Amino acid sequence: MIHDFTYLKPGSLKEALAMYAEHDDCKVICGGQSLLIVMRQGMISPEYVLDIKHIKELDYIKFDPKDGLRIGATTTHREIEKSDVIKKNYPVLVEMERKLASVQVRNWGTIGGNLAHADSAGDPAPVLIALDAEITVGNKDGQRTMPLEDFFVDYFETVLQKGEIVLEVHVPAPAARSAAAYQKFNLLESDMGIVASAASVTLDENGACKDVRIVLGNAGPTPRRVKRAEELLKGKTYDEALFAEAGKIASEDCEPVSDIHASEEHRRHVLGVLTKRMLKKAWEQARG
Amino acid sequence: MEKKVVVLNVNGIDYELYINPKTLLVEAIRDYIGLTGTKRGCDTVSCGACTVLINGMSIKSCSVLAVQAEGYKITTIEGLEKNGKLAPIQEAFLDQGAYQCGFCAPGMIMSSQALLNENPNPTEWEIREGIEGNICRCTGYNSIVRAVQAVASGKYTEVKS
Repeated sequence: MIHDFTYLKPGSLKEALAMYAEHDDCKVICGGQSLLIVMRQGMISPEYVLDIKHIKELDYIKFDPKDGLRIGATTTHREIEKSDVIKKNYPVLVEMERKLASVQVRNWGTIGGNLAHADSAGDPAPVLIALDAEITVGNKDGQRTMPLEDFFVDYFETVLQKGEIVLEVHVPAPAARSAAAYQKFNLLESDMGIVASAASVTLDENGACKDVRIVLGNAGPTPRRVKRAEELLKGKTYDEALFAEAGKIASEDCEPVSDIHASEEHRRHVLGVLTKRMLKKAWEQARG
Repeated sequence: MEKKVVVLNVNGIDYELYINPKTLLVEAIRDYIGLTGTKRGCDTVSCGACTVLINGMSIKSCSVLAVQAEGYKITTIEGLEKNGKLAPIQEAFLDQGAYQCGFCAPGMIMSSQALLNENPNPTEWEIREGIEGNICRCTGYNSIVRAVQAVASGKYTEVKS
């Protein structure tokens, strides 16, 4: 049962940040697709709930060929999924969104809320980190921007301080000869991923690997880069044996849990397989 | 905790409610407004029995606060019929036997309607994706898919008022 709370509805972003600073024991609700579940489970029972769902200032998708993509925090998953400009320039984001929970959740849930909730099994974070995204957070006194991978601290924990909310996600413009791929492993399409792997690959003029980022989902408390495998691949040319080796490293350099959905051993195995496949897929797309 | 006055527009009618802000949309619809077609199933955003439309798009009313639904046009299963005639999707569900116990049907029909609102000619795969957020334990989904296909094929024409 959800505990009683006082509902706060600010009229603007400025008012929201002022209200958030003033109220202790306050949680921000946007789509609430994650928050209401943990409130119902009694995991949290805030005294105040601050609603920012209706704040249109943060509901935007902007793309510039030089600057890249900027997505406001209250943009829904469905808006991302249906955005032509995202489909054209970052197809992996659309593919990821299409598999995120169900249509109903995507219609109401938001990108900012998803990231702030910091569920290790969340879909957007590994993909966005693979795309080298930054996140901007702010309170009534100002803003700060950081690489998205530095935003996550632990299970359901981020660097957000009191009074701070997520404002924007920024993804750099896609580099030439680059592509990214993401896949999660689950038993039902609309379930949370048991594990997931995202890879982005950028090739040089000669088809050798110029840059690569591999990010695992639900393989530990936070989305996790596999830097040892990234180093292995840099400068190399297409080689399926290398992808298999990178997959093996991914299955080693992670700390998944055992739970009702899968054992740790199984998770490590699947992370290796997915990483191998995503590297191959991204590489082949980057090659064109 | 301070109760709130909330005006919800459900099936074209404004209802003024005086509710605890923690009231979920499904509770407002069933317990305050008294429209019990919308079902409360898992209560954890999984089963889709509570699906209603907000401005034509499907959401799960067990996971939206009623206060957040103010200002939107909410449509429940009761709002689909026009002038006493069932909507095409409802007729199609009957004709295809897309019910057994019937508990999922209101949510399943609303999801199907939302899909058809966005995509009047879905492929079979698009239909299956469109109802992925709704669980049915009886029909095996095939009759539901056939019902949506029947509407998309134009077999049922809208009743003009």
